[in-house]
Amino acid sequence: MLRLERRAEASQTMSYASPLIAILLMLIGGLLLFTLLGKNPVEGFKVFFINPISDLYGWSELFLKATPLMLCAIGLAVGFRANVWNIGAEGQLIVGAVAASAVALYFYESEGGAHVLILMVIAGCIGGMLWAAIPAFLKTRFNTNEILVSLMLVYVAQLLVSWLVHGPMMDPDGFNFPQSRLFEDSALLPILIEGTRLNIAFTFAVGALLVGYVFMFRSFAGFQMQVAGYAKDAARYAGFSAKRMIWIGLMSGGAMAGLAGMSEVAGPMGQITDHVSNNYGFAAIIVAFVARLNPVGIFFASLLMALLYLGGEQAQQYLNLPSSISNVFQGMLLMFLLGSDVFINYRIRWKEATA
Amino acid sequence: MDIFSSILFATIVAGTPLIIVALGQLIAEKSGVLNLGAEGMMAMGAIAGFAVTLHSGNAWLGVLAGMAAGAAMSLIFAVVVLTLMGNQVASGLALSILGVGLSAFIGKPYESDILPTVGALRIPLLADIPIIGAPLFNQQALVYFSWLLFGGIVWFLYRSRSGLILRAVGESPASAHSIGYQAIKIRYLATLFGGAMAGIGGAFLSVFYTPLWVEGMVSGRGWIAIALVVFATWRPFRVLVGAYLFGGVMVAQLFVQGSGLGINIPSQFLSALPYLATIIVLVIISRDQNTVRLNAPVSLGQPFRPEA
Amino acid sequence: MTSATDDELAFRLELEGITKIYPSVIANEDVSLKVREGEIHAVLGENGAGKSTLMKMIYGVAKPDAGQMKWQGEVVHVENPAHARSLGIGMVFQHFSLFETLNVVENVALALPGNPDLKELAEQITEVSNRYGLPVDPQRLVHALSVGERQRVEIIRCLLQNPKLLIMDEPTSVLTPQAVRKLFDTLRQLAAEGCSILYISHKLDEIQELCHVATVLRDGKVTGDCIPSQETPKSMASLMIGKELPVPEHNAPVELGEVRLQLNGLSKKSDDPFGSNLQDIELEVRSGEILGIAGVSGNGQQELLYALSGEKPVAEADAVVICGKPSGRDLPDRRRRNGMGFVPEERLGRGAVPRMSLTENALLTAHNAGMLKHGMIQFDKIAQFARKCIEAYNVKCGGEEHAANSLSGGNLQKFIMGREILLAPKLLVVAQPTWGVDVGAAAFIRQALIDLRNEGTAILVISEELEELFEISDRIAVIANGRLSPAKKLADTNIDEIGVWMSGMWEQPAPAEVQAHA
Repeated sequence: MLRLERRAEASQTMSYASPLIAILLMLIGGLLLFTLLGKNPVEGFKVFFINPISDLYGWSELFLKATPLMLCAIGLAVGFRANVWNIGAEGQLIVGAVAASAVALYFYESEGGAHVLILMVIAGCIGGMLWAAIPAFLKTRFNTNEILVSLMLVYVAQLLVSWLVHGPMMDPDGFNFPQSRLFEDSALLPILIEGTRLNIAFTFAVGALLVGYVFMFRSFAGFQMQVAGYAKDAARYAGFSAKRMIWIGLMSGGAMAGLAGMSEVAGPMGQITDHVSNNYGFAAIIVAFVARLNPVGIFFASLLMALLYLGGEQAQQYLNLPSSISNVFQGMLLMFLLGSDVFINYRIRWKEATA
Repeated sequence: MDIFSSILFATIVAGTPLIIVALGQLIAEKSGVLNLGAEGMMAMGAIAGFAVTLHSGNAWLGVLAGMAAGAAMSLIFAVVVLTLMGNQVASGLALSILGVGLSAFIGKPYESDILPTVGALRIPLLADIPIIGAPLFNQQALVYFSWLLFGGIVWFLYRSRSGLILRAVGESPASAHSIGYQAIKIRYLATLFGGAMAGIGGAFLSVFYTPLWVEGMVSGRGWIAIALVVFATWRPFRVLVGAYLFGGVMVAQLFVQGSGLGINIPSQFLSALPYLATIIVLVIISRDQNTVRLNAPVSLGQPFRPEA
Repeated sequence: MTSATDDELAFRLELEGITKIYPSVIANEDVSLKVREGEIHAVLGENGAGKSTLMKMIYGVAKPDAGQMKWQGEVVHVENPAHARSLGIGMVFQHFSLFETLNVVENVALALPGNPDLKELAEQITEVSNRYGLPVDPQRLVHALSVGERQRVEIIRCLLQNPKLLIMDEPTSVLTPQAVRKLFDTLRQLAAEGCSILYISHKLDEIQELCHVATVLRDGKVTGDCIPSQETPKSMASLMIGKELPVPEHNAPVELGEVRLQLNGLSKKSDDPFGSNLQDIELEVRSGEILGIAGVSGNGQQELLYALSGEKPVAEADAVVICGKPSGRDLPDRRRRNGMGFVPEERLGRGAVPRMSLTENALLTAHNAGMLKHGMIQFDKIAQFARKCIEAYNVKCGGEEHAANSLSGGNLQKFIMGREILLAPKLLVVAQPTWGVDVGAAAFIRQALIDLRNEGTAILVISEELEELFEISDRIAVIANGRLSPAKKLADTNIDEIGVWMSGMWEQPAPAEVQAHA
């Protein structure tokens, strides 16, 4: 009989190995899925995981896709470490994109300059923060569950952007398509590598990871948030303000998600539409968990998640599978991770059933 | 039907999936398990129900399939949180993401299909009562099922010994274990029941309500159902009332738009009402922490593992 | 006392060579034990000696890895508690296994087989409660009951199944001295009717008063059997801990200095719907004294501690004055800067973060002592502080980088105590300083508190262990129902008087008369 047995002390090794086990299980699950769908699993694997990154352009696309994921995930991770469950990054991203787009459209056909982009960055962050401020305020003032509130606001944000691109922000010359004008060059982020779409937002993301690292592991505020996450009563005993942590957690998530939204509209999209987000806000939750809320981990987990996105697009093109197969992989990955985390605190023992 | 009857009719239909899903979650939560995956389980129930109904031509097989799909999803969750002691909040989120993604994946080929409308089940005599007769008693069979479910759950929780055991486990699995109850097994059963009900709720949407399949068609109803359980402070009657209130808010837009009152509100604003209403009721109920604390299952969301 | 050890009485329970191994610890090793009919049999041992594990195996909550159990001469494998109950074994748990949101009848019904009719059951409960002097109202919700009443519910729940063996796990730790006597009467009555009782305790005087036979456990092994009436507390103690019981040195009173803590009409409604509301609490602690607060658990201790520490501040700043500063509204951090230290009752999860290292746990409260620079943590300084604390307070651990949850309860308590003391508080508030701690560590901690008082710190100790308070306090007060009694000098009071006060009756003029018959 297999039994779980508690370890005397939590295993550090397993806490790093567990995400790798989860990735492995996800790959096995993927092979099974391809087989079940009557596709050659080796071929499927190649299309999904190898083809997207077989050339420089592929890699640049990978980093491009990973950028909003890194931004959202690092912002969320700050809060998650303190058990502030902001799961509305998707909505905050959308509102950030809306705010940045408003700036871009305001300066449309005006004399462009660096100030447009700077204002767009600021607007994006503030937009995301405003949206995240609602659950933060309700949580600190009325103790309202931030999970449900931040999630409800995702739907509201989607409706908001839908209304805007059907109304006030709609391209007047766009044949009534639900999208804005294309932004002018002054409202687009500079490209990093000529011939690709990878833009300067990627450096924002890496910068955010660095700042996040210092905050989490060197600063006292980061320490306070970790204490609150591990043991709420200990944080209260030490006198750390729970309200302050809720605000920090949600504001960092909102600001980074808003910036991610800005980087999408001022980057690959170049305009705002009602499909401004590609589920990045939700995928970033998976990224944060798989990364163990660690900035270094977030870097790699974002690349993996981006690969799943690109693989999904390839699978649609070459295997005739719906692109939502990426979401299946993402969901599987997180489930496997949460399951295999048991081995951090427990080990499996073979035990004879005692009579 | 006159306008009042139509509103009542539509409200009841819109509230029904919420009742079924929320009552299922109520049972799971009473055992101490917080499953935030209702959205994903509903989505899977919806696609399974739709596909099976389409292929078999039998809506009831579809409902069964939806129920099975929801239960299967909740089984994954149960294994992760009950056997492997995963974090309930994170695992529930994962289940939502997985369910929504998987349903979109499976449902892709079905996006252009439409099911035949299932006729209402008319209850003789009662349906002839003026004004309220038709909305209440000339309804889909699952509407009556939701009422039976409500009655059954009230009896189960407050009159049956099994319900007493369930509440005991939800308060303190350790105590229940120490006097000899298999807390984990009971939590498994409650979680599976919650999943099965979420599956039926999803199938109701795709087989009876719309009746078609669109990616993301659950559109937050799973989350609203979870909020509803909090709003109802874990009491079945308040779930029922709350679900119809939300049903009313959801159908409001149809009647405001069609009322000919000359009001021209962008449809997105009206569509946002249920989500805003959810936030508002959550705020109202959370202001009174004592009521929440007195009624919430004490061990809600906490892992339990018996020392053997 | 009638001797129940006559040889003609049959054995009801025999344990032979019971062994139970957990991953990190051997809980029981080759334990043998025999209990006769109608015998009150003590199982004596320190916290962590393996008493509770042994009882759980008898009751079927845990299963032994080796050894066998005989019940009335027959070998049995107890599968689960229901099986144990069907054999006639009942157990009253130390941490009650009652459900607070259910009423008494429902709680009792849950432990009975079948589906008993709740009305009839309520009548049965009343009947049993009258017969054994255990008054309780069957319809009340458990959360509204006092700790003593809850214990009665647990006992009644066992008695309804006509047990042949009743296991009592540390039953007196939650009772006033007077209630302990009543409980003993009930247990003697049961034993006289032929019921065997296994009485788990670490309190030597109680065992001497009540039990016919005692089996002593140390580190999971039986270190001896004895007849308590023929032993001295000293001889039993040496069986229990393997050496003489250490007694702390209490120096002569120090000259009292300034007032360091003052409570002025502190009132607060409990956040916990099942808690006690604090009412108009007046209190003063001066430099150089230890004030002890006694009381049965659940009478407002939690609420008082939260209000003192600042974890749940109160509305009026003047209600709590720390070192002369009105601090009622301040959070713990501010109070600490004003000179207060605080050691909470729960070590893991409140006084320390289980998964964090001792270094990080030092930072928890020591961050004001120059451990930060521009908001960044100075890790070398904090590790140095942790090492100092480990050394000075004799904390046994693998090093300061090890996690708090890898330490034993006693060592973690020494670490937390050391951390708070090293921060040189002018006022130290301590809750349950030695709860669940082994005798050696307990003596060390008590001595540390006395030394600190001698150096002029004002100390407030809240404890449920009366003996401990009488050992270390200069003055003693009692909390009951959220109200605080006047404090009395140790020389002017005694355990009996404090015991009566613990039921809230300090307004009565002559407690001695109430006690006359006891």
